[in-house]
Amino acid sequence: MTYLRAVYTIWLRDVIRFFREKTRILGMLGQPLLYLLIMGNGLASTFKIPGAPPGFSYIHFIYPGIIGMSVLFTAIHSAISIVWDREFGFLKEVLVAPVPRWTVAVGKALGGSTVAMLQGSILLLLAPLIGVSLSALTVLKLLGVLLVIAFAITSLGITIASRMESMEGFQVIMNFLIMPLFFLSGAMFPLRGVSSWMETLMRLDPLTYGVDALRNIMYRGTPLGDYLVQFPLGTDLLVISAMALLFVGAGTIAFNRRE
Amino acid sequence: MIRVEKLVRKFKNMTAVRGISFNVDRGEVFGFLGPNGAGKSTTIKMLATLLKPTSGRALINGYDVVRQQDRVRRSIGMVFQDPSLDERLTARENLYFHAMLYNVESRLFKRRMHEVLEMVELSGRAGDLVRHFSGGMKRRLEIARGFLHYPKVLFLDEPTVGLDPQTRKKIWEYIHVLREREDITIFMTTHYMEEAENCHRIAIIDHGEIVVEDTPANLKKMVGGDVITISAGNNQSVMDKLAERFGLRAVVSGRGLKVEVEQGEAFIPVLIREMGEDIASVTVQKPTLDDVFLKLTGREIREENVSTLDRRRVFARRRLHR
Repeated sequence: MTYLRAVYTIWLRDVIRFFREKTRILGMLGQPLLYLLIMGNGLASTFKIPGAPPGFSYIHFIYPGIIGMSVLFTAIHSAISIVWDREFGFLKEVLVAPVPRWTVAVGKALGGSTVAMLQGSILLLLAPLIGVSLSALTVLKLLGVLLVIAFAITSLGITIASRMESMEGFQVIMNFLIMPLFFLSGAMFPLRGVSSWMETLMRLDPLTYGVDALRNIMYRGTPLGDYLVQFPLGTDLLVISAMALLFVGAGTIAFNRRE
Repeated sequence: MIRVEKLVRKFKNMTAVRGISFNVDRGEVFGFLGPNGAGKSTTIKMLATLLKPTSGRALINGYDVVRQQDRVRRSIGMVFQDPSLDERLTARENLYFHAMLYNVESRLFKRRMHEVLEMVELSGRAGDLVRHFSGGMKRRLEIARGFLHYPKVLFLDEPTVGLDPQTRKKIWEYIHVLREREDITIFMTTHYMEEAENCHRIAIIDHGEIVVEDTPANLKKMVGGDVITISAGNNQSVMDKLAERFGLRAVVSGRGLKVEVEQGEAFIPVLIREMGEDIASVTVQKPTLDDVFLKLTGREIREENVSTLDRRRVFARRRLHR
């Protein structure tokens, strides 16, 4: 009970802070819209996947990818706020409190996931504009998957952030970890037809399965489905759940080890 | 309340704390005085379970800081050297989250919050974002937060560094009132001599070792008595009279005379009665802890370093808390 309370406290703080930062909310909405409307529409005219079924548009392909992307970036940003907390001293206040370190890591991971999920759900509201119809049940399933992805990524971010001493390292992490994770996930372009080394990398990227899970739920059973989906839903879910468990474990250990 | 035995902390290529031992009784204010880098903060971190000792033992409220971390944490409150508030939350929210983490019941919390905020005169600002607070207000809020969960021992790491003298004085008033009312033991570190005088006992620490440990008054006695400066029309005649009537040896210093006596204030009336017509003015100077430190270590407390560091810290605060 005390543990839950501690997790809840850390979570609540993140959520309150999020709603207080108007610019962050704006940025969070603006970036995916930019990608979706400008990139999506811009590329749609030139981007043709060979053998695509009639009625296919690039925007159908990129839509789940953009949702995955925004969840990825939001989750990482939330996790990296640990570095801010350290710089501003608030982390010390939490670390000296009579609560186990893992509650801080889990609370933080849940806080980041909540914010990332909110962003994901806002993007789901755009589905009718894209020409994708989603039933209430589908939306619930999608939110479930988004939660797992967000939780995994925030935990990954926490693992990194607990080792980072300053914000300067953040750009390096972005360039050498987050962007590759994103580009290789199949969010922007499909896996097939790329050279084999790249395909291997894409298969190793856990986010690939997250994006695929979204496509699975959105398009399975439609003419587009067979074409866009790469793995069975079971495989996708297994990989992202394993990823979530692995990363939250790593995050907790990294947090515990801090002196 | 605090028991420390042969505590040692080594870092990769240096030993920050070299086997210190001391005890602090319940209700006492105990201070660590020393220059920057002497090992004060390292000690406080070990006592607050934030850093594991390399060897030695420390008990807080009867609990071991290594093996009973959770109990130790429940027993202590902490005011860090650098600010540790969440600037984007209100004062009330900062206190609320603290109460949640320390398991303060919510009904009790409401009462307690009003109590501590009133003590530090921030009641009217409870709903304001902390980022709009001045440096002194933030410090007061942190102290209020440290007291919020009824700790047995309160740690203050450089509690008034970088604050102006009036604010510093005010903060000490709050600390004393709260301490007396709630029977709290206080362990603090400082490098301000005048701040150390708020303690019942002081340990002077230098290069990771305790050089001496005593009450501020006793420590001052170590450097000798009070210095009385006399200005007179005829120095020679005053000097002769002082030697003849009190057996005191005065030395000429600048335009006046300096003479050392044990109780300066008590000596002045006697001096005036005996030879008031020869004297133009008299001043008494009490020895400070600076003098003690100088005498014991042969060095000043590195005031220059201290003030640049303070300035940097104040600057950092301003920058961070725009």
